Amino acid sequence: MTTSTTNPTPASQAYAMGELMVVTAAREIRDREVVFVGMRLPLIAFVVAKKTHAPNAVGLFENGVIRSTPAPELIYTMADPPNILGATQCLDMLGVMSLLQSGRVHLGFLGAAEVDRFGNLNSTEVTGAKGVIRLPGSGGACDIASLAQRFVALLEHSKQRLPERVSFLTSPGNGDGHAWRQRVGLPRGGPAAVITTKAVLRFSQDGEAYLASVHPGIETEDVLDNTGWPLRYGRQVAPTPEPSAAELQAIREYDKEGFWTS
Amino acid sequence: MSKLLTMRQAIADLVPDGASVALGLQMEQMIPFAAGHEIVRQKKKSLTLIGPISDILFDQLIGAGCVDKVIAAWVGNVMMGSAYNFRRAVEQDGMKVFNMTNFTVALALQAGAMGVPFFPTRTALGSDTTKGNHFYYQIFSPFEGKESLWAVRALTPDVTIVHVQRADREGNAHCWGNFGVMIEGIRAAQRVIVVAEEIVEPEVIASDPNRTVIPGFLVNAVVECPHGAHPSPVQGYYKRDDAFFRQYHEQTKTKPDTEAWLTRWVYDLADRQAYMNQLGACRVDGLGVKQHAYAAQADFGY
Repeated sequence: MTTSTTNPTPASQAYAMGELMVVTAAREIRDREVVFVGMRLPLIAFVVAKKTHAPNAVGLFENGVIRSTPAPELIYTMADPPNILGATQCLDMLGVMSLLQSGRVHLGFLGAAEVDRFGNLNSTEVTGAKGVIRLPGSGGACDIASLAQRFVALLEHSKQRLPERVSFLTSPGNGDGHAWRQRVGLPRGGPAAVITTKAVLRFSQDGEAYLASVHPGIETEDVLDNTGWPLRYGRQVAPTPEPSAAELQAIREYDKEGFWTS
Repeated sequence: MSKLLTMRQAIADLVPDGASVALGLQMEQMIPFAAGHEIVRQKKKSLTLIGPISDILFDQLIGAGCVDKVIAAWVGNVMMGSAYNFRRAVEQDGMKVFNMTNFTVALALQAGAMGVPFFPTRTALGSDTTKGNHFYYQIFSPFEGKESLWAVRALTPDVTIVHVQRADREGNAHCWGNFGVMIEGIRAAQRVIVVAEEIVEPEVIASDPNRTVIPGFLVNAVVECPHGAHPSPVQGYYKRDDAFFRQYHEQTKTKPDTEAWLTRWVYDLADRQAYMNQLGACRVDGLGVKQHAYAAQADFGY
């Protein structure tokens, strides 16, 4: 059932899907913004943004680290020694969480096992074929989703990962729709984008996700078929912009072995 | 008064069966693995573990059968994902987990540290983590606005264990790097064990009071234990042993595998020195500081 909605495949698959996701995440960071970075792909997105279009962005880490420059080498956790060396500040979690709660963090990045139609996230438990699977838990994700001015989630695109409704709401998106966040008392925020391995979803005024762009080489039908609810989409779905040479260079200089991006 | 004890004495004296134990409070840095392994060796039972996240130490204590309950925001292997013993304990044995967030662990310890019953917050409103969880109670601000808030119940651990770079014999301790929730965790605790890379003279600690994050009068035991945080990093002493975390992930997928791992790395070893010998000089050297980066001196003169 594939149709003309296929985006052109890039001439040379000159980049990995992880790299496209990192670059797409990096472009969510505006210059001078204060960003709750998180680990895995967003960590590299922060590096790419700093080295390209957002040199004055500031990164916050929940362990208490604030950085105005990326860590000098690849890190696997936010507390790795290179993330401490040359930091802007190195104190406690309550300090950075206070900045988050008082509204001074523009953007936060999150991963999750599940993201639903209204941008709610589950990282606590899912039900598999053999029963409940216990996941590591919120960490700081619920705090970032609750309190940042906006957040962006990254995950693999599949029906299981994108259900109509999360089975456990760890981190609040738009709840069950319009004005839900206000109703439960959340002071601000909500999902700005969900970056998957196939597409980018954004959110309408009523709180529901829509298909904003499809990654090069992926068909729109493929995205729709692998989403757990009837995903809204327009007549013309734009392709996700490809990484620039400068962005790819920034990724590869940092994650030399492709630990996070391959 | 010297509070210097061996690790064996400190754990035997201060961590009874059934205790609530806060550890791993500096997140992925300076995790007191040596103290955790001594808890395993002494076969402590029915512990409640408290921490924001745990990078495999909680998984080891759970796998060894020391734990009844966990009060935490995240339990796993940070670079690899899930931790298998934690999963098995929850999925198959129904181990009780209080699902916190990093911020609410910090607030619970801060409330404990300040001697108040709770701390208010706007985080986690609308989150399922709060359901059936006695650490959360909905309140409304008594002041203008009357906003809905969570009251996060205070936590006062029976014992808090931290790893630092250096301390004197009374427990006055210097630490640098990220603190996470260590400072609240020490102030909230009934008893405190400080594990240090080095024991130094009191004058060294007193020379830089801004770096003294632990005042000795709060400390019950001081343990000298070089490399006691391996495989987690200690700024200025050794880096993170990433391969060790990968290997742990591969080597603990089943219960028998975990038992073999614990036998090899904990039960069959007398102490941290034996552990370091098994790790091997070559590997230990490879983790050491390659390029020193000293802070500028601060002048406390007047």
